[in-house]
Amino acid sequence: MTATLSYKDFAGNLPALIAFIMLAVLVLTALIGPLVVSYDPLAVNLDSSRQPPGRTHLLGTDNIGRDILSRVVHGARISLSVGIAASLFSLCIGTAFGLVAGYFGGRTDLVLSQVFDIFLAFPSLILAIGISAIMPPGLFSAMLAITLVSWAGFARLVRGMTLSLKEQTYVEASRAIGATTGRVLFRHILPNALPLLLVAGSLRVGGFILLEAALSFLGLGVQPPTPTWGSMISLNRMYINSAPWMVIFPGLAISITVVSFNILGDFLRDKLDPRFQA
Amino acid sequence: MLVYLFKRVLLFIPTLLGITLITFLLMQALPGDPVQGMAGERANPETLARIRAELGSDRPLPLQYLGYLKLVAQGELGRSYYTNRRVADDLLQKFPNTLRLALAAVVFASLGGIILGVISAVKRGTAWDRFASIVAIGGISLPVFWLGLTLMLVFALYLRWLPPSGMGNGSFHYLILPAITLGTYSLAYIARITRTSMMESLSQPYVTTARAKGLTEMAVVLKHALKNSLIPIVTLIGLDLGSYLNGAVLTETIFGWDGLGRYALDGIMKRDYPVIMGVVLFGAVVFVSMNLIVDLSYHFLDPRVRVKSGLQQS
Repeated sequence: MTATLSYKDFAGNLPALIAFIMLAVLVLTALIGPLVVSYDPLAVNLDSSRQPPGRTHLLGTDNIGRDILSRVVHGARISLSVGIAASLFSLCIGTAFGLVAGYFGGRTDLVLSQVFDIFLAFPSLILAIGISAIMPPGLFSAMLAITLVSWAGFARLVRGMTLSLKEQTYVEASRAIGATTGRVLFRHILPNALPLLLVAGSLRVGGFILLEAALSFLGLGVQPPTPTWGSMISLNRMYINSAPWMVIFPGLAISITVVSFNILGDFLRDKLDPRFQA
Repeated sequence: MLVYLFKRVLLFIPTLLGITLITFLLMQALPGDPVQGMAGERANPETLARIRAELGSDRPLPLQYLGYLKLVAQGELGRSYYTNRRVADDLLQKFPNTLRLALAAVVFASLGGIILGVISAVKRGTAWDRFASIVAIGGISLPVFWLGLTLMLVFALYLRWLPPSGMGNGSFHYLILPAITLGTYSLAYIARITRTSMMESLSQPYVTTARAKGLTEMAVVLKHALKNSLIPIVTLIGLDLGSYLNGAVLTETIFGWDGLGRYALDGIMKRDYPVIMGVVLFGAVVFVSMNLIVDLSYHFLDPRVRVKSGLQQS
């Protein structure tokens, strides 16, 4: 479990290396891209509507002449921030409840586990639709919806890990010398569960980005005119026959991002999860 | 075994209650009057009064929840704001269409995933294997709605092999693109599990024995290795059935398929809350029922599971 990562690990695994570079580029794009692109993503220009990809507009323009490239670049901010924030939030909430359920056991565990199961009983997108439908749509509602549909998965994972970790001798020893419950949980159990948790978290980021894109596509995410990858596809899909680039490029952006996260997540799991080190 | 079955069904009840509790709380949080929300804007005063009496909006929340449970148990999910039709009737009318699409997708995902997984396990390290792993990563990474649009663009609009959308009065042609779109995600998972499971089986002594007997490679792979790898694969297929509802919302929207998913999207677009909450509740109930059925059928089909749960009880 104490495996460390070095550049050598990446050198032996070309897909992981490419995925890592892709994600670095994506993060950079989200951070400084909006300053670099030459068009305003919201600027309407009816004279240059539905331009195919070319020299002036690298990825073409949409129905009202907005530059697709700068819209895709701006969209990266929303997708990445929602994906990463939602995994951090759900990881934190899930860890808190999982630790409590696993450590205290008994009736607490019974009740909490039942709550986890109920949240897991909903098909994720359907529950996310229900949650975001009752709020004004936007960045916050998308993050909250994704967090609420995914924390229970982490909680169940942490509960399982806590159950086995609390039987370890060092936990018993620390309890024997009078450590408080908080100290046992946060100094002994949590640090030992952390590597696997981070792996689980990184494996889910791609899924969260897909979920955000789906919510945006359904009109429940960040609202137009702010560009998001999902809403770009949904607003332009009626032009797919005459101007397919409007739909193809935002979709490629989602796909490349999610593929990169998934490859990197697999790679981290193979490296850090002892169960996969055969 | 009977004890296990009984326990499993008994545990189903708190899950159902929890689901209704969550949808109830969501409805409480809705903007506007929840009673109006259930009845629809054009509901007549008697209906409003009846629902208000059953819900008892002035009573404390737990009692209101009991009232809601009673309504749900009677199949009363409210009426659409716009059409004033009963949501429960609409759901039952749309569900068979979604079911048909989902079944076609399951068949596509299972066949495709198992074939791909077997090939990549047998031809380990070759170009076939690499192709299969690209499909496996791509399948779980492409957004369903974008995959659907791309397939539509290529096969319906450019090549004109298949119709772009609609249900075509049940004609098989209309089912192909939506089923591929909906099934690809699961196909990727099934291919992955099949590969792992097959590689394990192929390294077992009975496979060596089968080879030593002089069986053809085909017979070894299909009759001996695959047959013994099927359990985790079938488990995955079964447990994944409910998640087709997620993809269905997006797939049906793209292809104009008149099922639950498109019904939900219409509800979202019009902020038709009874419709949205109806789909959420119905979707969750279908999902957990499906898992229960899969779980129970295991006990009849697989003697190993039976023995295991027997051991756990003692």
